[in-house]
Amino acid sequence: MTEQLNLLPLLPELTLALGAMALLMVGVGGRAETRGELVLWLSVAVLALAGVFVTMGEGTVTLFGGSFIVDPFARLLKVLALTGAGVALIMSRDFWRNDGGMKFEYPVLLLFATTGMLMMISASDLIALYVGLELQSLALYVVAAFKRDSARSSEAGLKYFVLGALSSGMLLYGASLIYGFTGSTEFSQIANAVQPSGTNLGLIFGLVFLLTGFAFKISAVPFHMWTPDVYEGAPTPVTAFFAAAPKIAAMALFVRVVISAFPAVTDQWQQIVIFLSLASMALGAFAAIGQTNIKRLMAYSSIGHMGFALVGLAAGTEQGVQGVIVYLAIYLVMTLGTFAVILSLRRDGKMVEDIDQLAGLSRTSPLMALALAILLFSLAGIPPLAGFFAKFYVFLAAIEAKLYLLAVIGVLLSVVGAFYYLRIVKIMYFDAPVEGFEPMPRLLAVVLGAAGLLIMFFFVYPSPLVAAAGTAAKSLF
Amino acid sequence: MSYGWPILSTVTFLPLVGALLIFALRGDDDSTARNARYIALWTTLITFAISLLLWRDFDPTTAKFQFVEERSWLGPINFHMGVDGISMPFVILTTLLMPITVLSTYGAIKTRVREFMIAFLILETLMLGVFCSLDLVMFYLFFEGGLIPMFLIIGIWGGSNRVYASFKFFLYTLAGSLLMLLAIMAMYWEAGTTNIPQLLAHDFPPQMQTWLWLAFFASFAVKLPMWPVHTWLPDAHVQAPTAGSVVLAGILLKLGGYGFLRFSIPMFPLASADFAPFIYTLSVIAVIYTSLVALAQEDMKKLIAYSSIAHMGFVTIGIFTLTMQGLQGGIFLMLSHGIVSAGLFLCVGVVYDRMHTHEISVFGGLVNRMPLYAAVFMVFTLANVGLPGTSGFIGEFLSLLGVFQVNTWVATLAATGVILSACYALWLYRRIIFGEITNPALKALQDLSLREVAVMVPLIVLTIYFGFHPNPVLDVTATSVEALMADFKANLAAAEQARLALAP
Repeated sequence: MTEQLNLLPLLPELTLALGAMALLMVGVGGRAETRGELVLWLSVAVLALAGVFVTMGEGTVTLFGGSFIVDPFARLLKVLALTGAGVALIMSRDFWRNDGGMKFEYPVLLLFATTGMLMMISASDLIALYVGLELQSLALYVVAAFKRDSARSSEAGLKYFVLGALSSGMLLYGASLIYGFTGSTEFSQIANAVQPSGTNLGLIFGLVFLLTGFAFKISAVPFHMWTPDVYEGAPTPVTAFFAAAPKIAAMALFVRVVISAFPAVTDQWQQIVIFLSLASMALGAFAAIGQTNIKRLMAYSSIGHMGFALVGLAAGTEQGVQGVIVYLAIYLVMTLGTFAVILSLRRDGKMVEDIDQLAGLSRTSPLMALALAILLFSLAGIPPLAGFFAKFYVFLAAIEAKLYLLAVIGVLLSVVGAFYYLRIVKIMYFDAPVEGFEPMPRLLAVVLGAAGLLIMFFFVYPSPLVAAAGTAAKSLF
Repeated sequence: MSYGWPILSTVTFLPLVGALLIFALRGDDDSTARNARYIALWTTLITFAISLLLWRDFDPTTAKFQFVEERSWLGPINFHMGVDGISMPFVILTTLLMPITVLSTYGAIKTRVREFMIAFLILETLMLGVFCSLDLVMFYLFFEGGLIPMFLIIGIWGGSNRVYASFKFFLYTLAGSLLMLLAIMAMYWEAGTTNIPQLLAHDFPPQMQTWLWLAFFASFAVKLPMWPVHTWLPDAHVQAPTAGSVVLAGILLKLGGYGFLRFSIPMFPLASADFAPFIYTLSVIAVIYTSLVALAQEDMKKLIAYSSIAHMGFVTIGIFTLTMQGLQGGIFLMLSHGIVSAGLFLCVGVVYDRMHTHEISVFGGLVNRMPLYAAVFMVFTLANVGLPGTSGFIGEFLSLLGVFQVNTWVATLAATGVILSACYALWLYRRIIFGEITNPALKALQDLSLREVAVMVPLIVLTIYFGFHPNPVLDVTATSVEALMADFKANLAAAEQARLALAP
């Protein structure tokens, strides 16, 4: 039996992995002053190339005996993850430039992390899943501690590593239990082995451990503790990266595992997801109120947003998955835009992270304040901005699945969440101005402008994203 | 009557075009401010002129939606606009009040004029969109979107305690509306559409109607506002700049009443019938309690705000009688209150621009310095009281007439509100206008300028004109209201039939 190994669907991952190794060479050989930014732009090009390869695929293809799958769901989320990684890379240029120059290892590490993410998104087997996840995580541990001489950054990296290793351990333990009770690591065979009637307690244990690992990666409550510290301690461009692409990859993984491997025991994992969702929304909303550091605030905000995205998954339906995808796409744009602002808050050569220092921004830099206000109103989910549609689709799914209590509590918590976003708008618009900031770097201004316009005018033509998400969701069922 | 061009979209989105023009303005502060005012004024005037075409070509003999536009937008959710006899008058009210308000800001808004006019024009688009939407999700988009500009208007150009007021306004309204959003989703799954004309024809199961009704009630009761969720309104009014108060009282409050008429009653008739006594209770409490509270106020704007809540109590009583007189009275009272309360807040704005306070105790004896102002203020005060010959009388009278057929107790209690409104309104008038001038700062006051007269005259004319000749409004609404009532009665009868059929 000769099976032709077709590597074409694997092209994006191959591009990234080979590109990253090649760039390592370029970095080693290049001139010290210029090699950092050269590698940065080449990395962006590699990401773009991988993106093109992703979009060239069609239909559903499986590889390696079913452990690697490329379907519309994978393709759409890969495009999102690549976009998040690419934009976060571009945004990091000015930060490193002001911080003693770009080190070429930074873009290379992010490329490796992104390779891991693409593998996570396509993983259809517990082992492939773990390999992708670890490839991503190891690279991320390093970049979190990338500013070696900063105590905060090293602390963030260490904290992330210790807790991340713990969660990986739990995930592995869960995976081994599942393998033991189903006899397979491949999702479709697990799905065949799992029967709704007389569910095996050992299997449920495995499922719980597995979900614990995922909850850690998407920083859902109660496995969120690392998030505020790592967000605050890591260098700001790293935080921007953390908030965007890895969240998408981990959520994609979460969705694929529960939908394609455990459809028969929906009622079992549904309870867990509902709890994670409620707890994340609640903590994200209440804990953010008291924050004074904008990076910490964004950490709680991202916890809350993952909670809202999980509302869609809690429904466990095609509609719900569609909602999750729409949510992630819009969340990505909002987060990147917001971090473009945070990265440009620089005064007297130092980064400013204190929210109060935004006072009167609407006077000192009106366009930046306007764009940030649009993003904040959108994060709060106020129509007609894009953030409203994100919430609309997940709650639509929750109502369809008759999760009324979850929906009611969810929307009320979003009112609480609106409070702290409004507080920033208030500081920018209602308070008397303090000193202005240094002018916004051109690259960041472009990112912010693009994000603001996308969010503002999403309502004019929303159907392409919604339709694409619908197709992607359909491929999972 | 149909046009070759989408007239409703034009009316709705024209202010947005004006806002974009103002956004594009460049130059030094003085000239941008001047140009922004001009553009805003002309945009609102042209919008008003076009909306008058709607009034002219509206066919009052049919209850169907007219000037309908429909385009595909987001899967099952369409871009769908149209007006009927209930929404059309509100469209005209909005377009009418806007140029007047813009003109009134010439003396009041001195800082960040450009931004103010942008927010204001966006707000106009959103309010018009609410009245014109024929799709639930679109309706919600406009309904909720209005929060953003209003939040900024109160927060940036408001009084000393503006931050508190703007947050309270925003969060109260948001909390109410989000429950309605969930109800909208539930309706979508039940009926398979968010198209309003189709939903109007859909029969929701009785059990579900109760929940949906409550969710919509949460939103509209806050917006209207009804006792006991009214507390955001006095704060918002006191802190908002004059133009903000005018729009808030004149138009935004009407969104709640309009919502009851458009959604709660026709879509959930059984629940509406069940909850009518509940509405009566809240409304009667509102009428009496807020009137008494108004008597105790030391601030002119707060007093008028409480009086607004009391008047909205009459509106809800009238609407939920589900009689011809009550419904017509409720609608008419909303329109009349839109004009009268706008006039009252503009009157407060006139003295606020001169003295920078709306404390009642600061004033007294204004008639000696400002006779013209005293006369204008009197017209609006009497209209607010409901003196026959003013538009306020027609609305209150019809509402009370409607409720008298249904429940005499409610009618009696509500009627005491009319007396109380005379107490607080006339007392306010006496304290401000009559007496000797005791405050030396008032001695140098100037009477109304030509611009201020121009702002007031259209409102005075309409107040008195509709007081004697309400038919133009009543004729336009009559057919739609009749259809609404007939549909309601048919639904109740059908439910009764079903109940009897089930009974052993």
